[in-house]
Amino acid sequence: MITQASIVTFDSLELDCGVILSPVDVAYETYGQLNADKSNAILIEHAFSGDAHAAGEGGWWSNMIGPGKGFDTDRYFVICSNVLGGCRGTTGPGSVSPATGCPWAMSFPPVTVADMVRLQKKLIDYLGIERLLAVAGGSMGGMQALEWAVTYPESVLAALPVATTARHSAQQIAFNEVGRQAIMADPDWNEGNYYDQRPPGRGLSVARMVGHITYMSDESMRQKFGRRVRAGQNKFEVESYLQYRGSQFVERFDANSYIYITRAMDSYDLTQRGSLTKLFENIATRFLVLSFTSDWLYPAYQSLEIVSALRRLNCDVAYCNLSSQYGHDAFLVEVNEQAELVRGFLASTFKERAAGEERAS
Amino acid sequence: MGVRDIYGRSDYAIIGELVEPRTRALDLGCGTGELLAWLKENKKVDGRGVEMVSADVQKAIARGVSVYQGDLESALEDYPDQAFDYVILSQTLQQTQHPLQVLRSMLRIGKHAIVAFPNFAHWRVRLSHLSSGRSPRTDLFPYDWHDSPNIHFLTVLDFEHLAIKEDWKIERRVFLTGRRRVTTFPNLMAEVAVFLFSAN
Repeated sequence: MITQASIVTFDSLELDCGVILSPVDVAYETYGQLNADKSNAILIEHAFSGDAHAAGEGGWWSNMIGPGKGFDTDRYFVICSNVLGGCRGTTGPGSVSPATGCPWAMSFPPVTVADMVRLQKKLIDYLGIERLLAVAGGSMGGMQALEWAVTYPESVLAALPVATTARHSAQQIAFNEVGRQAIMADPDWNEGNYYDQRPPGRGLSVARMVGHITYMSDESMRQKFGRRVRAGQNKFEVESYLQYRGSQFVERFDANSYIYITRAMDSYDLTQRGSLTKLFENIATRFLVLSFTSDWLYPAYQSLEIVSALRRLNCDVAYCNLSSQYGHDAFLVEVNEQAELVRGFLASTFKERAAGEERAS
Repeated sequence: MGVRDIYGRSDYAIIGELVEPRTRALDLGCGTGELLAWLKENKKVDGRGVEMVSADVQKAIARGVSVYQGDLESALEDYPDQAFDYVILSQTLQQTQHPLQVLRSMLRIGKHAIVAFPNFAHWRVRLSHLSSGRSPRTDLFPYDWHDSPNIHFLTVLDFEHLAIKEDWKIERRVFLTGRRRVTTFPNLMAEVAVFLFSAN
């Protein structure tokens, strides 16, 4: 399996804000083999803090992607790219602006989920794939999967939005804002200009700690930490865990990317372009929508809003509210049940697609 | 005449016969999606399901059937008019809160409706009630009164009367006892009744 991301550079990308970004790098990885008629490609969308390294050792969804796994790389060609605005190889605020020769920092134009998807479409075109078998992702990855289905319905046979929403709620925006304020309150942030000095690690670490709380549940935290104290440190286990996750995050994530990407998530609202029923109107894409019972950050009602609109149009949609105690993290850790669903859903989509093409020819 | 089983369910076998190939069907209370999978495989039916139990929904989706997890009575509201050729309700009518509303909705969203239900007037049920003086318990109605999921009991005759009152056209009626078809005195002899009907 490839573990080193490839980079492809595109001349330009027009953003929702009107700015034309030029040039634009995209970091991506692929797993498995593209078949002869290029009908087995699956695009995996990463969540807020993920990257192109989805599978293989240390991959963020390695338990779901691989030979014999939910996204079976013996059957399918799996692609994952780092999002626009990110800091793991794709152009973002930490990239060098061609105009100044310095990092963009906060002068980087604002990006949206639609911009991220538009850039991914360029990547898919570049790879010579006309139509994806599926687009899948959890959380912000799910928003991108929805965006794909709405913007490029003819290019997406199946969409798998998991633990996600068609629009960020006040609560979701609120937690993101706490994270952004934590970063901006760190004197090292320096209005975003820290690339040649010490980065705002304390602020970014606090932001990540808040994030981790929202990804868990009361139940999972009680089970994982309880009131246990870390021996010799006079610290609750939960404090120690959050601090560890916070400090780890600082080493791999750029604070300005945190600000840009969370803003992209917060501004995400499909309904601004019309009712969901109207947006899904001419979509032949098949949907598998999943939520998790203990996910209070992206609660089931947000998935149901999507599912209801699809059902009102009699679209092909499967929906399951999977039982889990892991909160929002469930989409990353509840592997067995998810894998079974995903495997069956993909296999039948692939089979019917083949049948449909036989009929057409 | 014998009835070929589908997954050990003779009502499924009958429904399998009633549904025309290459049509669209919605199965309400579809369980693990066995009937839909069979219809898809053998009759190229484009099927959807509604099921409340999460574990069943998972099995259905895993076998490639598009199932929505939710309460069937409220789920019916979302579907557009005449979205399906068939709306199927097998062995669940007697468990719904508002059976008449369910039946009317089935005809709103489907051109045809198919219901299969256990006949509360079967002679064994009558005998059980008469001889024991207690709420009838038979193979068909195996529950104690307090733990039964069945809340609206009906008979073959009840359904026929309702169809007249609601001006439904009964296109096919099939009566079963075990795996055999019943042709005489269905209200007394049928354990399970299957009706294919539509709005007049």
